[in-house]
Amino acid sequence: MLAKRIIPCLDVDKGRVVKGKKFKDIQDVDDPVALGKRYNRDGADELVFYDITASNEERKIFLDVVEKVAAENAIPFTVGGGIRTLEDIHSTLHAGADKVSINSAAVNNPELIKEAALKFGTQCIVLSIDAKKTGANKWEVFINGGRTNTVKDVLEWAKQGEMLGAGEIVLNAIETDGEKSGYDMKLMQAVASAVNIPIVASGGAGKPEHFSSVLRKGYADAALAASVFHYNEIPIPELKKFLDKEGIPVRRSM
Amino acid sequence: MIAIIDYGAGNMKSLQFALNRLHLDSRLTVDEKTIKESEAIILPGVGAFHDAMQSLRLAGLPEILQSEVKRGKPILGICLGMQLFYETSYEDGNWEGLQFLEGEVKRISDSVKVPHMGWNTLTKHQDAPLLNQVDETDYVYFVHSYKVVNHDKKTLLASTSYGGEIPAIVQHNNLIGMQFHPEKSGAAGLQLLKTFGEMIS
Repeated sequence: MLAKRIIPCLDVDKGRVVKGKKFKDIQDVDDPVALGKRYNRDGADELVFYDITASNEERKIFLDVVEKVAAENAIPFTVGGGIRTLEDIHSTLHAGADKVSINSAAVNNPELIKEAALKFGTQCIVLSIDAKKTGANKWEVFINGGRTNTVKDVLEWAKQGEMLGAGEIVLNAIETDGEKSGYDMKLMQAVASAVNIPIVASGGAGKPEHFSSVLRKGYADAALAASVFHYNEIPIPELKKFLDKEGIPVRRSM
Repeated sequence: MIAIIDYGAGNMKSLQFALNRLHLDSRLTVDEKTIKESEAIILPGVGAFHDAMQSLRLAGLPEILQSEVKRGKPILGICLGMQLFYETSYEDGNWEGLQFLEGEVKRISDSVKVPHMGWNTLTKHQDAPLLNQVDETDYVYFVHSYKVVNHDKKTLLASTSYGGEIPAIVQHNNLIGMQFHPEKSGAAGLQLLKTFGEMIS
């Protein structure tokens, strides 16, 4: 049976891992290569790296980090942040990423998803959506690190992304991000029901129960989190044990 | 030396890193001489079937691979690389494959989410040296939208289940296909690559 995935996410700034709360108040945490190795050992199902600076000179430092992490890593590795062109995608995959996650650039130029899927394959193109609730059962797409409202409807954008060739959607709820009060269940349910590609839930994990509910009742295929893993508040092996007991299929054997 | 056929876009680094970790010497190549001198060949693959076949043809690779198959050299196709071994693919059309194996490539049923993305288990269909170190509780990493159908059942070593049965490991003599990514499948995947490496005489 296909296992539900547990995915630690690392925000990387100038070659270091950081974790922000609602995208602000960034604190330095750890060396990405060391953290990547730890997550491999702990049984993470995938790794996600976001380059949160993405100026040109820092981009090179970041790609060096990607390459070092990839060399130590035997699980799928997704990289996002600052990816705007087919050339960016090529250099990121070439550095050792298995998938690229595209956010603002896809909103500004939806054809990028289509061209990238044709050139590199649907399997490596992840559409990352930052969603904010703007009404009852209504969410809008925000870009530029959650600062700009595009007024695009999240459900419509997710469907369009699937049509353009995205192989997966990472859905981040801006309001619950960093709050540790649980994933935005309604948002996850709404998007998961609207598309037929895998959904990775993001934003709000604080307790093991949050993972089990979003993976079961939220219809998510994977759950992504950052700080609860960074600070080892929820060790991945224990989380997997908990989910297994809850009857959620997870990969336990290493 | 293992020749990794490098025919275009995609991440070959993961595969190289995995082989490095197993101390298996490998080279990315499309050069005929290098391929002929290699002890084994890996045909990786991401992207679309038709594009991949076209790139292989442009580099004159179908004939070279065909003669290496006949020489009995161990050849491993990964993901799309495995699908390319078959006769026909119906991915956005009707395309001729390398025709090393009997069978066709069709889209996974829409009753489940496509692509089939993530970790899934293997069900063994027969005993084979390749599976000696593999447990049915092991998970391997899949990411694909198409699967092999109408294949010769004798070649099926292991399958997985997702919207029906999906051939996961096939073998016909020296020709091996893995629908999942052993280079991305943690310890279980590394073990499979190691066993493949041990086929090199």
